Amino acid sequence: MQYETVIGLEIHAQLKTATKIFCSCSTTFGNEPNENVCPVCSGMPGVLPVLNVKVAEYAAKMGMAVNCVVNPVSVFARKNYFYPDLPKAYQISQFEQPICGPGHVVIETEAGRKKVGITRIHMEEDAGKNIHSASENKSFVDLNRTGVPLIEIVSDPDMRSAAEAVAYLKEIRSILVYLGICDGNMEEGSFRCDANVSVRPVGQAELGTRAELKNMNSFKHVQKAIDYEVARQIDLVEDGEAVIQETRLYDAAKGTTHPMRGKEEAHDYRYFPDPDLVPLVLEAQWLTTWRGELPELPEAKRNRFVSQYGLPEFDAGVLTAERDLADYFEATVAAGGAAGGEAKKVSNWMMGEFLRELNQAGIGAGQAKLAPADLARLVGLIDKGLISGKIAKEVFPELFAQGGDPEAFVKAKGLVQISDTSALEQAVDAVLAESQTEVERYRAGNTKLLGFFVGQVMKKTKGQANPGIVNDLLKNKLA
Amino acid sequence: MSELFRKTLSEIRDLLATGEVSALAVTEACLARIEATEPKIAALLSLQAEAALDQAKALDRQGPDPAQALWGVPLILKDVLTTKGVPTTCGSKILENFVPFYDATAVAKLKEAGAVLLGKANMDEFAMGSSTENSAYHATRNPWDLSRVPGGSSGGSGATVAAGQCFGSLGSDTGGSVRLPASFCGIVGLKPTYGRVSRYGLVAYGSSLDQIGPLARSVEDTARLLSAIAGHDPKDSTSVDAPVADYVGAVQNAKDLNGLTIGLPEEYWGEGLSPEVSEACRKAVDLARDLGAKTVPVSFSTTRYAVATYYIVAMAEASSNLARFDGVRYGHRTKEAGELLDLYQKSRTEGFGEEVQRRIIIGTYVLSAGYYDAYYRKAAQVRRLIRRDFDQAFEKCDLVAGPVCPITAFPLGGFTADPLQMYLMDIFTISLNLAGLPGLSLPVGLGRDTGLPVGLQLLGPAFSEDRLLAAARVLEAAQGERPWPSAV
Repeated sequence: MQYETVIGLEIHAQLKTATKIFCSCSTTFGNEPNENVCPVCSGMPGVLPVLNVKVAEYAAKMGMAVNCVVNPVSVFARKNYFYPDLPKAYQISQFEQPICGPGHVVIETEAGRKKVGITRIHMEEDAGKNIHSASENKSFVDLNRTGVPLIEIVSDPDMRSAAEAVAYLKEIRSILVYLGICDGNMEEGSFRCDANVSVRPVGQAELGTRAELKNMNSFKHVQKAIDYEVARQIDLVEDGEAVIQETRLYDAAKGTTHPMRGKEEAHDYRYFPDPDLVPLVLEAQWLTTWRGELPELPEAKRNRFVSQYGLPEFDAGVLTAERDLADYFEATVAAGGAAGGEAKKVSNWMMGEFLRELNQAGIGAGQAKLAPADLARLVGLIDKGLISGKIAKEVFPELFAQGGDPEAFVKAKGLVQISDTSALEQAVDAVLAESQTEVERYRAGNTKLLGFFVGQVMKKTKGQANPGIVNDLLKNKLA
Repeated sequence: MSELFRKTLSEIRDLLATGEVSALAVTEACLARIEATEPKIAALLSLQAEAALDQAKALDRQGPDPAQALWGVPLILKDVLTTKGVPTTCGSKILENFVPFYDATAVAKLKEAGAVLLGKANMDEFAMGSSTENSAYHATRNPWDLSRVPGGSSGGSGATVAAGQCFGSLGSDTGGSVRLPASFCGIVGLKPTYGRVSRYGLVAYGSSLDQIGPLARSVEDTARLLSAIAGHDPKDSTSVDAPVADYVGAVQNAKDLNGLTIGLPEEYWGEGLSPEVSEACRKAVDLARDLGAKTVPVSFSTTRYAVATYYIVAMAEASSNLARFDGVRYGHRTKEAGELLDLYQKSRTEGFGEEVQRRIIIGTYVLSAGYYDAYYRKAAQVRRLIRRDFDQAFEKCDLVAGPVCPITAFPLGGFTADPLQMYLMDIFTISLNLAGLPGLSLPVGLGRDTGLPVGLQLLGPAFSEDRLLAAARVLEAAQGERPWPSAV
């Protein structure tokens, strides 16, 4: 039988506000345990939450960016459960009236373009962290993260493969980073995702029983966890067994999923509107202002890169995945201008050498030492024949690491290409003189030997000869 | 000078301001009065005598400050308000050793006004009760009759003020917890409009109902205390950013009740009222008419749903509000804990009293999946109808009058076996909290049968505290001098 996979994602994005959602404690990551803590976020008796309006702004902007209805009135609710990292024993979240209603994003996979629905976006506070001592029989609680603002973005069950789920996840992450409201770091947990996965026979209308997958800290984990889970569920169904609705944890070492312990499942969160917070009313004027502040988003930028720069869709997709990479590209093209930095050439350099160096250095385009103007100059040097593409690639890692004017760099290294015909003529003559046998064979009709002569000339000139001129010279002299 | 404690807050404030008495002398007089009366009434949970004396001396060294409205005035606060460096127990074992490192906003404002804080008053555990018998520490006795309760939940505040241990107190009123003890103890108590006084630092019982309110021996005293604590607080999103009226001025300028229309809700004046309460309250209404007021009948048809609605809302909120007392960060932690669930269950079972546990369980139930719509959501809807009753009444009248409680102070142990009967004590007070409106309890004489104080409550529209205080002052002035409690 053929099966269809159905996937919905719940994404938790930590917002990059300076202070927490309901108090003025810092959100700085990596401080000493319980350094960023006050009576409010540590749940002392009698204290009250006050909303950080920046959180509402960021949540609303995300809603606008993914075509959501932004609700003029939304309500905070308490989600009640006991856990030591949750000092009030309830999490302030939103339940019946979230800040953003239905919306969608467009994703692109090998299967083509597709709209993925977004059910809702709501604001909530993060919990703290329990740290269990290995040596002592003790647990410790760090409340630094307690009250750090989150938005939860819930998708419709619209994805049909792990690849679509990853594409959706990447699109959402990209938008969050574009908006400057989340750093999108999956490993540090500032961008987290749970996946609801089920299978059903193709053609069946009702959904299969779903499992909720947690503990996936990278796009690769998400892909592998879903693939594993889909196979597991299909096996169960084929064997006539039932899929159990449960939460399963992904084990990155084994590449498998396994059920979370049962107790966690029995929660009745007893949501009710938080009486300490008045309903959040977003004034029309704020919404207008926030909408006006939205940057160009990945999809629009992608389309513009195709139309404005004539880039292939693939290039446009790669270059716009990160906002700073896209900015770098545009700055490079702009700096190239008269110097001949054509967009496709710049794109090739960026998708190849530049991205590889960025990834190796583990930095974003914004942190590169090599300025866009210098990359533009490098492309220009090749165009003008001052250096060969081969040499440019050879020196690129060093140039990337140091930054600076590439022309000065290649001149200092003596790598400038020899385009002086008289200088090259000497080398060509010398090679022809040294290779009498080959010259005769060439003239006898074995024109493939041209490459051999070019190679010899290059050797003599330590690779600096302009290959076009050498070709022409050789053809003339051998004719 | 040994009779300084008999002065009202307003009187002692004037004596302090002119330097006729020192802050130290006033504080000492209160401490002496506490020493004399506390063995009888047990109004306090803690006394900060040394700190109070030090503070009084420091104030004396600086000299009277006209900018400080309560300069040198000794006060005692309900132990539900957090006080920096001073134990705050909420009348519960679970907070037995809890010392906050932050002041409630109302407490900070009293300090800024120059008040001397003597100690913390007894209360029903987490403000849950109408008699102060639910305190985990001890019961408080009524200064009028030591065999009777002072009312609750701010019973310690009512008793301490009535007995002259201090010049005023702050309580909290979730369903009548300021007005009831004021009524039972023969003093004035005011529950402000929801949002008029910051709740920051008020340990929450029912967050959407709780409001801090003053208790004092005169209407003007009450106005002075309210003036000191009212106003918007950026730390409390539910506090309202509206101008604070001149309460003291309203009281001082009040002359008569001409032009005032008082609504009399038929549901508050019918059956169930004890004859002595009915008589004393009717006499007060007659007096109001003599002073120029008109009366009109109004209807609070939702009164019969009020108790059920109130207890669903209050207990639901309480079940969540009290969840933070889990033994993890502060307060009582069991010594018997094995694993995490054990820690929670044992700490909370050992730390909370029976009534608190009952309310947490009921509150948890009404919020549970499958019951939420039938209970909490329904209660929220009824609540809007209750508010509508008030809004409609205030189209016909300026304020509403009725008894605070169907009976006068009852004997200790009188209702402890029957929590439902105890809940019915609140029948006349809770609608006001559900509607979020202000109300004032005014002593209107002693009951014919018991000789105990009877309280009349005046209820008004949102932010009408000045109107309530002015009307109460006119009645108070016409009543003549109030007798001093007979048992202390």
